[in-house]
Amino acid sequence: MRRLVLLLAVVAVPVAVPAGESPPVLPYEAAGQFVPTGPIDECVLADLRAHGITPAPLCSDAVFVRRVYLDVIGTLPTAAEVGTFLADEHPDKRAVLIDALLERDEFADYWALKWCDVLRVKSEFPINLWPNAAQAYHHWVREALASNLPYDAFVREVLTSSGSNFRVPPVNFYRAGQGHEPETLARAVALTFMGTRLEHWPEEQRRNLAAFFSRVGFKATAEWKEEIVYLDPAAAKPLDATFPDGRCLRVPVGQDPRQAFADWLISADNEWFTRCIANRVWAWLMGRGIVDEPDDVRADNPPANPALLASLQAELVRSGYDLRQLYRVILNSRTYQQSSIPRGDVAEAEAHFAVYLLRRLDAEVLIDAINGICGTHEEYTSAVPEPFTHIPKEKRTIALADGSISSAFLELFGRPARDTGLMAERNNRVTDGQRLHLLNSSHIQKKIQEGPALQDLLRSARRDRRQLVSTLYLTILSRHPTPEEERAAVSYLRSAQAPRQAAHDLVWALFNSREFQFRH
Amino acid sequence: MVQERNKHGISRREVIKLSLAQAAGLALLRRTGGAAAADAPKPTPHAKSVIQIWMWGGPAHLDTFDPKPDAGYDYCGPLDRPITTNVAGVQIGQLLPLLAQQADKYAIIRSMTHGVNAHETASYLMQTGRAPDRLVFPCVGAVVSRFKGYDGGYTGVVPPYIVLTELQGRFSEAGFLGQRYKPFATGGDPNAARFAVEGIVAQGITDERQLRRRDLLHALDSLGRVLAGNDQFAEFDRCEENAYNLMFGETRTLFDLSNEKDDVRERYGRNTFGQSCLMARRLVEAGVPYVTINYRGWDTHKQHFQTMQRRLPELDRGMATLLADLADRGLLDSTIVWWGGEFGRTPRVQWEPPWNGGRGHYGNCFSCVVAGGGFRGGTVVGASDKYGAAVAERPVYPRDLIGSIYELLGIDPEGPLPNDRGLEVRLLPTDAEAGAGGGRLREIMSS
Repeated sequence: MRRLVLLLAVVAVPVAVPAGESPPVLPYEAAGQFVPTGPIDECVLADLRAHGITPAPLCSDAVFVRRVYLDVIGTLPTAAEVGTFLADEHPDKRAVLIDALLERDEFADYWALKWCDVLRVKSEFPINLWPNAAQAYHHWVREALASNLPYDAFVREVLTSSGSNFRVPPVNFYRAGQGHEPETLARAVALTFMGTRLEHWPEEQRRNLAAFFSRVGFKATAEWKEEIVYLDPAAAKPLDATFPDGRCLRVPVGQDPRQAFADWLISADNEWFTRCIANRVWAWLMGRGIVDEPDDVRADNPPANPALLASLQAELVRSGYDLRQLYRVILNSRTYQQSSIPRGDVAEAEAHFAVYLLRRLDAEVLIDAINGICGTHEEYTSAVPEPFTHIPKEKRTIALADGSISSAFLELFGRPARDTGLMAERNNRVTDGQRLHLLNSSHIQKKIQEGPALQDLLRSARRDRRQLVSTLYLTILSRHPTPEEERAAVSYLRSAQAPRQAAHDLVWALFNSREFQFRH
Repeated sequence: MVQERNKHGISRREVIKLSLAQAAGLALLRRTGGAAAADAPKPTPHAKSVIQIWMWGGPAHLDTFDPKPDAGYDYCGPLDRPITTNVAGVQIGQLLPLLAQQADKYAIIRSMTHGVNAHETASYLMQTGRAPDRLVFPCVGAVVSRFKGYDGGYTGVVPPYIVLTELQGRFSEAGFLGQRYKPFATGGDPNAARFAVEGIVAQGITDERQLRRRDLLHALDSLGRVLAGNDQFAEFDRCEENAYNLMFGETRTLFDLSNEKDDVRERYGRNTFGQSCLMARRLVEAGVPYVTINYRGWDTHKQHFQTMQRRLPELDRGMATLLADLADRGLLDSTIVWWGGEFGRTPRVQWEPPWNGGRGHYGNCFSCVVAGGGFRGGTVVGASDKYGAAVAERPVYPRDLIGSIYELLGIDPEGPLPNDRGLEVRLLPTDAEAGAGGGRLREIMSS
């Protein structure tokens, strides 16, 4: 069945097909064997051989440039950026682009968004951080990412900080949720930094972990909604605590048990620590965890490729917990740079990383991409009276701090509620309502008809239909049109009585294409 | 309704068959727990649809359905002359004369209570029947959509759960049930010359252009051709087909209120709420299981009585006409109308600055109204004390009310709530989990 589909696909895009078992599909793939670039590829290839799975070919430059912008900075490349990259003839241009993207401001914006999902950064129900604390917390997370604070230091600050929720932002970790009971706090810690769901642990182990957070105190101040998180000074007895690995420790009075827990957790030898983050980053970039779901580590949910996971963990430790370095290694791998067109069974290819996983664009990324092309802006609202709801026009959606600040579009396209910190909360499944909205809402139609940047673009290319088509393809799909596409589009423009309307229809058609709406 | 077949040859009916098979599996689960109400005979399910009038912000019970004329000016302000209704012995607020003539159709619950005075938590309680916990549960509309929507035999083209016109946004309405059970919010204004339902009624695009550009879209779908058969892309096709059915099908006519006679539109009131009530009736008539009218503007901390003078006549006209119209068309027996907000408002008027005559949030005792679908009209459930400040008789907790609505719809309130998160949860908490409740509203439910 699958082969038949592939055969049809090749027929559908009539290009010179080189002889061979798996010819590249244009314009999405490039020629070339799978040559491992390092431990990641070696581990993946060994696994594929063992299971008799054929990896997908290398993706084309055009696919790569779009993909890597969307994955690394949550932002569509401009037509100029695409043009420059495609024209570049240096053999290492992909690596150079990866390095450049890791330094962009949007890198911090986009990954702060992802982290704030799992850290539950939201002012309102049921998290109730309240606006100023949510802003402070987001700002702190974003700065940590912008300055590439090593991951071990990041976790230590989050786990052990004390002080005001306004002045010491990481203390908000313990405030973000319903209830301040030790087990509730322990659940959040286990989910966020160990990638496991405490509710599935045996009762005794749950209690043991909760004990480390039994002396976290909370008190209000005279400042509205300020809250101090602190070590409970009233505790009169030393605390006998047991770590998840069974080791025991007596924490003396006056010492913070959270410190002891952080000392245990944050260690190169602690699987719980390195596995969770290595797997999380992989899942973020590749669309699926090696342990999947990535925050559900259990004995009966083993990694799909243990050697691969171990190699990522080793890389992380070797680099001194430099997350950006981990991104760099993954992004440069041949595995990441595979095409999204599987050879062989799809489910098997996806489970063993023999293909790049298709994913609908995140809600925030999608609306930013549309606004970027049209030169338009969004309006956001929040249900709590907040001082921060007036968002400057230029602010991009991926840079929004607070999960309570939202729009109908974001809700419709599955932005996570930030209620639980589960990665599965972000829902990128397509729904009827989403199709309806992009096909026919006044919200989108107005952007296409009136967006100033888009109108300028259409005006500048209005004399030459082929140039118009080419510009729109580069702007919206980040590639040149194929000859067939160019013919179809030009003929549509030529036959129209209202040329401007026809150009708007072409933009509409490209916005509504799967190629635009998916990372591929 | 039309049964359409998608590109892959799977009809909706076949999809439903699959869901029924899953439901059979769940029936086994159901036996294992929750026998709380087993001793009383269960009412026959009458209701097919629900219209929820959500009084966003919290309406004052003293000025609507629980007047306290003897409590004095500090409680009643200028509204101290309640009126009699067409049910002997039942009085309601003086600004609701049309609703007074429909009192035989509804039941007033005067002993609602949950004790919470914060909007978010109270909204959550009133819409889920649960106190906030780590999980966010779906609201009643999403649950009804789960059981009575596409997974429960509904085959309409119009989405099974509609919100007129904007979402509440206080919490994710579908909770952990996810996207599929979220409501479709119409946007637009049903009182405008043309009710521009977002996505369905496009401004200034002819059908001919719609079809022409759809052909263009498909002609340019290169990645779609290369990845034909991919599951996510198949889903994309299915959704697109449904979207076009909505755009071109009977839905457009359904939302076009100019199909109604002018005198009907006048009777409902020429304002957003009145026309929303009319729209809700049209939707229910077309078989939509759940419609919420999010009616803004009841959080009256200041200028309370001025607001009541202005807004209650609007409520009165829209809701009274809705009840009468549903009854005339024989739809009231199968349609539950549920009126209420997240809480009531402080019985004692806050005359002091900065309120200068306002009412604050009040969750200790307030009123809800239910009609139709098997709820017996012309009745009053429970009572408040002489100030409307505390429940005097027969407390009704949110889950008692919600459980009663579920029962009348034929949904088992103790049953499991199927979800794709692997959570083993029931629709409503048991007494053991949530403390003793007041019990479902059997006294007003026809058996």
